Amino acid sequence: MKPTDTSNPDYFHKVVDCQWACPAHTDVPLYIRLIAQGKFGEAYLENRKSNVFPGILGRVCDRPCEPACRRGRVEEKPVAICRLKRVAADNRGDISEHLPKPPVAENGKKIALIGAGCASLAVANDLRPMGYSVTIFEALPTTGGLMRTNIPRFRLPPEVLDEEIDCILDTGVDLKLNHPIESMKALLDSKEFDAVFVGTGAPRGKNLEIPGRYDSERIHIGIEWLESVAFEHIETIGERVLIIGVGNTAMDCCRTSLRLGAKDVKVMARKPRGFFKASDWELEDAEEENVEILVNHSPKSFVIEDGKLTGMVFELMEYRVDDNGRIDRGTVVGETVIPCDDVILAIGQDNAFPWIERDIGIEFDEWDCPVVDEKTMMCDRDGVFFGGDAAFGPKNIIWAVAHGHEAAISIHRYLSGLDIENRPPRGVTLSSQKMGMHEWSYSNYYEGAERRIMPHVDLKERFKNLDIEVELGFTAEQVAKEVERCLNCDIQTVFTDKLCIECDACLDVCPVDCLTITQNGEEADLRTRLRAPAPNHEQALFVSGELPHTRRVMVKDEDLCVHCGLCAERCPTGAWDMQRSTIRLPYASDEGDPAATDTAA
Amino acid sequence: MSYIPKPKVTHPRAARNALGLTSRDYEGAVSTLCAGCGHDSVTAAIVQSVFELDVEPHKLGKMSGIGCSSKTPAYFVSQSHGFNSVHGRMPSVTTGAYAANPDLMYIGVSGDGDSLSIGVGQFVHAIRRNLNMCYIIENNGVYGLTKGQFSASADIGSKPKKGLPNQQEPIDPVSTAISLGASYVARSFSGDKEQLVPLIKGALKHPGFALVDVISPCVTFNDHEGSTKSYEHTRQFYHHVTGVDYIPPAKEIVAEYDKGSVMPVELHDGSRILLRKVDDRYDPTSRAAAFKYLREHFNAGEITTGLLYIDEQRKEMHELMGNVEVPFAELPLDSLRPASGELENILKRYR
Repeated sequence: MKPTDTSNPDYFHKVVDCQWACPAHTDVPLYIRLIAQGKFGEAYLENRKSNVFPGILGRVCDRPCEPACRRGRVEEKPVAICRLKRVAADNRGDISEHLPKPPVAENGKKIALIGAGCASLAVANDLRPMGYSVTIFEALPTTGGLMRTNIPRFRLPPEVLDEEIDCILDTGVDLKLNHPIESMKALLDSKEFDAVFVGTGAPRGKNLEIPGRYDSERIHIGIEWLESVAFEHIETIGERVLIIGVGNTAMDCCRTSLRLGAKDVKVMARKPRGFFKASDWELEDAEEENVEILVNHSPKSFVIEDGKLTGMVFELMEYRVDDNGRIDRGTVVGETVIPCDDVILAIGQDNAFPWIERDIGIEFDEWDCPVVDEKTMMCDRDGVFFGGDAAFGPKNIIWAVAHGHEAAISIHRYLSGLDIENRPPRGVTLSSQKMGMHEWSYSNYYEGAERRIMPHVDLKERFKNLDIEVELGFTAEQVAKEVERCLNCDIQTVFTDKLCIECDACLDVCPVDCLTITQNGEEADLRTRLRAPAPNHEQALFVSGELPHTRRVMVKDEDLCVHCGLCAERCPTGAWDMQRSTIRLPYASDEGDPAATDTAA
Repeated sequence: MSYIPKPKVTHPRAARNALGLTSRDYEGAVSTLCAGCGHDSVTAAIVQSVFELDVEPHKLGKMSGIGCSSKTPAYFVSQSHGFNSVHGRMPSVTTGAYAANPDLMYIGVSGDGDSLSIGVGQFVHAIRRNLNMCYIIENNGVYGLTKGQFSASADIGSKPKKGLPNQQEPIDPVSTAISLGASYVARSFSGDKEQLVPLIKGALKHPGFALVDVISPCVTFNDHEGSTKSYEHTRQFYHHVTGVDYIPPAKEIVAEYDKGSVMPVELHDGSRILLRKVDDRYDPTSRAAAFKYLREHFNAGEITTGLLYIDEQRKEMHELMGNVEVPFAELPLDSLRPASGELENILKRYR
């Protein structure tokens, strides 16, 4: 293999698994370290820089970081990254002076953001302080989009939403509530705005066209039903409720039903466990509330007696799973009727753009989604950008925020007359953490404790009303343990081949045997010659240049390194050093006036 | 943060031996030697050897004297027996331990100062006794603990960090041991575990005195230009004559080998050592030939390494003395110690 090019910003970025997996690339190890030091405000602001809504995301993020967390490979459970984020938000103190401010001067350019959800708000967060005049059009009487209408209050209290949304609006955003955009053509033709961003989400719940579907009013579409509950249009539900589908919306529906008076809630899954769409932790929380999940039940028809919904017919399924874990279409092995009073359909959602004319230069694909460039977030019509679920179908809040940042960069470059394909690059800076003999400026002690368990409100208490937030947040003691579980993956092992005397000290001391000095070879061959098995091809091998004494190379399997720093501690020549990698992510505001410096365009 | 213990976390797919242990279970305390010390690599090689030999930790006795080298038994197999003795007296203490309980596997770790200066008399007599132990000399040519004075193994002309080059003849533990009739004599290098680990395994299994002289550079006082025991010098003049593979009793020798260059040596428990001759001219069963070869290559400035001499016929200490099979430590006191009446009878014979 060729020597690894660690100057490529992506190399060390990938080692920080959580940050790499996060769509917005939040610097997780840094904010966990700040929390450990009691600097909650700084931890909050570090989060806010990339993910804009730390208080919201600390409760309801889909946490792509956690399955990626190295700790989950070294032992069973990853660091509770998401809930530590909430710790920063809950304890942040007064940080108002560090929040975005209204611009000193307007730059005279006007942007329309359609939808007041997380994607649009992220764009406003980036562009308004730069002097852009930002108008948000929202069809509903309130802000937040699906964050407010689809996530129940017992998971995400409205105060948290309001606080984080208001700090963006307070920079002088023109918010027009109850103001649906009926025609994109009219908006564009008015030439009132220099750029338009569409952040309208995926607002249409999927329907289930089976016999009896329209014969009762007690059959609801999940996200519409949740919205009605959020606006208090619906305040009760029958005793026996069936939820069709087993995604995260289904989890919110079943738990909300329990709070509206349902006594017997069943989640009906077509497939077996392991093939559910819902996140494990959302399933856990629902099952803790005694929601029953019935597997291998495929809905067939509704049972309507005298115009009243009395139950549902399901086909009982059997599946075969092949060696690669793929499941077949299943065979029907029977049929059953399950009685119920209400049914909630939570089987997915779609984008819907009835208000965008199809003849105005915005191309739509075969699934009736707009064709959007994944890098620039712009569609085929110049000056029209998409983000969040509206761009590529349902994802999650953190993806919407990431889209918002990218769209903001594009809008800024577009309105500065620059090539939006030419994106500002990412960078990496490294700084040594060595403080002296046996002194490192990070906590390299390996905390062997298991993941802390989030305390919940008592089962009896929590069903009293919809507003009781179930998760209490970590206690100070739990925080102190959980932060130490972080392996500091941003403190990189940096190797200088010409200093190495091949004394083997680093190899001998490494607790997980991730280092090997050997003859160079191709990757497939090298992986078989390492001191510990290296079957995880998703994790890179670091290969040094030739070592001075023997022309062999130092190889490091990044997979299970616990970043304890003992290799650097035991290195007599300083060939190994522990250096913090800071990934520099570009934001619209970093560019200032790009026309002044950008010569590439 | 400051100095930390080695994290108690193991590679989830780490190899396990017949006892279900990982190599991490054979570790000891964190080393307090200088970073980069060759001795730490020897420690790691010992850990790997006893792990691969499925040694039960409580069946191991680790013995040492005084010096940097003699600190190292603290750094491996925490759950074994150990004795850190007076300077240079490790062979006597081991003799006592082995006399009382031959059921343990003994590994002595000493240095060039401990074995070739203050303890040279102990060293040579342990060889004469053919004490059944693995005797490792971590040989770096200097007294590291007292800041780098030359030891008895320093080569003529080797330069110190400060002062004049060494003028006195070195004592070579390998030729000394061969001349005294040691039955297993090897030399290796801390920076070459591929060679060192099988040599230590063979030494542990060999019934009799097994010497492994390990060039183990002192990274602080003897790793500079002009030193003949530095990492760089050792690598440059490293002369590998025999490679060894240790084959446990139950295992078949599957690989085909060329009879001229590979020589299997059977050990008493049915295990074997496969000697791979890198230099065909080398005969590790002939004392005279080994001597000649070693001297010639020493004169050429080379460091000859590998299994240099082996004699599986010599009787070890208990056999030589015709002792009972039951360890003395397990004999009841009355059979171990003659009663006063019996002593009286013996004395009567001389009256």
